[in-house]
Amino acid sequence: MEKFTILTGQIAYLKLSNIDTDMIIPKQYLKTIKRTGLGKYLFAEMRYDRNEEIIEDFILNQQPDTKILIAGENFGCGSSREHAPWALLDFGIKAVIAPSFADIFYNNCFKNGILPIKLSQDDIQTLIHYSDLTINLEEQTVKANKHTFYFALDEHRKTVLLNGLDDIEKVLEYKSNISAFEKKHFEKFPWLIGSKS
Amino acid sequence: MTKTLYDKIWDDHVVHSFDDGTFLFYIDRHMVHEVTSPQAFEGLELGRRKLHRPSSILATVDHNVPTLHRDKGIDDPESKIQVETLDENCQKNFLKYFGIKDKRQGIVHIIGPEQGFTLPGITMVCGDSHTSTHGAFGSLAFGIGTSEIEQVFATQTLIMKKSKNMRIWVDGILAPGVTSKDLILYIIARIGIAGGTGHVIEFAGSAIRHLTMEARMSICNMSIEAGARAGLIAPDETTFNYLHGRPMTPSGTLWDQAKAYWKTLYSDNASYFDEEIKLHAENIIPYVTWGTNPEMGGPITDRVPDPESILDLDGKPDFVKQASVARALDYMGLKPGTPLEGIKIDQVFIGSCTNSRIEDLRAAASIVKGHKVATSVKRALVVPGSGLVKEAAEQEGLDQIFKEAGFEWREPGCSMCLAMNADRLEPGEHCATTSNRNFEGRQGRGGRSHLMSPIMAAAAAITGHIIDVRKVM
Repeated sequence: MEKFTILTGQIAYLKLSNIDTDMIIPKQYLKTIKRTGLGKYLFAEMRYDRNEEIIEDFILNQQPDTKILIAGENFGCGSSREHAPWALLDFGIKAVIAPSFADIFYNNCFKNGILPIKLSQDDIQTLIHYSDLTINLEEQTVKANKHTFYFALDEHRKTVLLNGLDDIEKVLEYKSNISAFEKKHFEKFPWLIGSKS
Repeated sequence: MTKTLYDKIWDDHVVHSFDDGTFLFYIDRHMVHEVTSPQAFEGLELGRRKLHRPSSILATVDHNVPTLHRDKGIDDPESKIQVETLDENCQKNFLKYFGIKDKRQGIVHIIGPEQGFTLPGITMVCGDSHTSTHGAFGSLAFGIGTSEIEQVFATQTLIMKKSKNMRIWVDGILAPGVTSKDLILYIIARIGIAGGTGHVIEFAGSAIRHLTMEARMSICNMSIEAGARAGLIAPDETTFNYLHGRPMTPSGTLWDQAKAYWKTLYSDNASYFDEEIKLHAENIIPYVTWGTNPEMGGPITDRVPDPESILDLDGKPDFVKQASVARALDYMGLKPGTPLEGIKIDQVFIGSCTNSRIEDLRAAASIVKGHKVATSVKRALVVPGSGLVKEAAEQEGLDQIFKEAGFEWREPGCSMCLAMNADRLEPGEHCATTSNRNFEGRQGRGGRSHLMSPIMAAAAAITGHIIDVRKVM
């Protein structure tokens, strides 16, 4: 996974709350067996009309170089599809700023080097007046001209993004802990050893 | 120290606590389907890693499978590749797998409980947000993304932070004509689609105790629609009776041992909940959604709201919500003040992991029996949740009741809940649906979904419009 340190780039503001993962990547694009190539289908039903023609006034069609998406509360609700962060990343969006996120989407972002940032509605209303922002993960700041906003983030998640870590790698270092746990676990719950078929 | 049900299951699955406040958390069982798993199997191979515990996995195909003409195979080349990829991955890894020709095939969240794969006290994951369904058994079950599927494949663990505890206590008993689907739609409208974010919701109280396992599953299934990754209901005799004798449930002395442990799975008296909500079952009547997310609904006697009348908690206009509702009404083609009862229906869908179990089909058939689908309804579908549900329904003659009324009787799968296969709405069509999401485009681009219970959908089918089912019972 690519490291996330400092990101400077163009913003796009979607003034909508509860943007769900069906909206981010509609189901007809979930038939792929790959993680790549989904960028052109990001927000497909907002970007293309029923004849697959480009809808010119949709912001991501106007700004194909967008790197930071800003949206309303509860971003990413609905389905667990990781195709949502895959599509954002493939489009070139590496950070999403919103007042709140749905749990599964939030989690999925960190597995793909995308930084979801929680900022208040007031902070967001200031930020959207700028076309470019700079996000510094180490400092946990979002900067626009003379404004600086701080955001909170779990230590674990920060480390993962800063170093581009793979959780599996980290967990495999605890293999012996897992084996010891399993021994104890299956002694206590013997009916869970294997499952009958 | 007193513990909640969630605390108890959590504590039994912590492998290691890291210094940064996260935990290495053990996963007992894993359900796998064709849409979210191929990249995880591929990642495992690329990393030259092995499945840690193949016996923890049960796989099936559901999202992409056709519900018609199974014998002819899958037309859509992409869907076909996805299904074949799961076939191969299961074969290569010797996984327990119900393929498209297996009569046990069905929606993951139907077949787990049906087989007794879902058990109280276990942790369970699946690359699907409706994994919360299994919480009805007192199993801590939640949806994960593909990267986490790969992690569970390789390590049987996840790195997690503990969620907060929320309890929704429902006193009383649901009235006739009011189902657990109405209850959960009521709860979502009340706490909002993000009301449970960061929480595990335990559902308790006499109204829950009186529900069957099928009805409890519909509630936990839609916990995610209130933002909670997991819902929980403490196991009781209803749970044990449902599980006893199922193909994968323990038997003999193991059953006795398991049951003794399962009986300890409840929230202790005076245990701490970060949030607690009390409701009364008598206040709930049939519910239906009018908007584009599950909180945008109301009792059947309601009218479509006026966006301009929506205020925040301080009584001031809530401009963000007003904009969302205005957009939703525009999408749904509904005017403020329109009564919910009377909205015309073009299609009916009885199915999905929320409501496609035998009890749902029986309830819907009891309304349909002796009636015809209204001529204005273009299509009415019944899609059983699994091959075994279908078989049981056919043995009881439910298929005949539906077919005689003019319903189509299909093969099991997710079908028009998310419309990945050929079953979908046309632009502008209104659908009475027993599924769980009414998002824009969810059931087909431009399609307009109204979430409701199976009996409400059945009543809509025979009258051609949304109607209070209690009038046709």
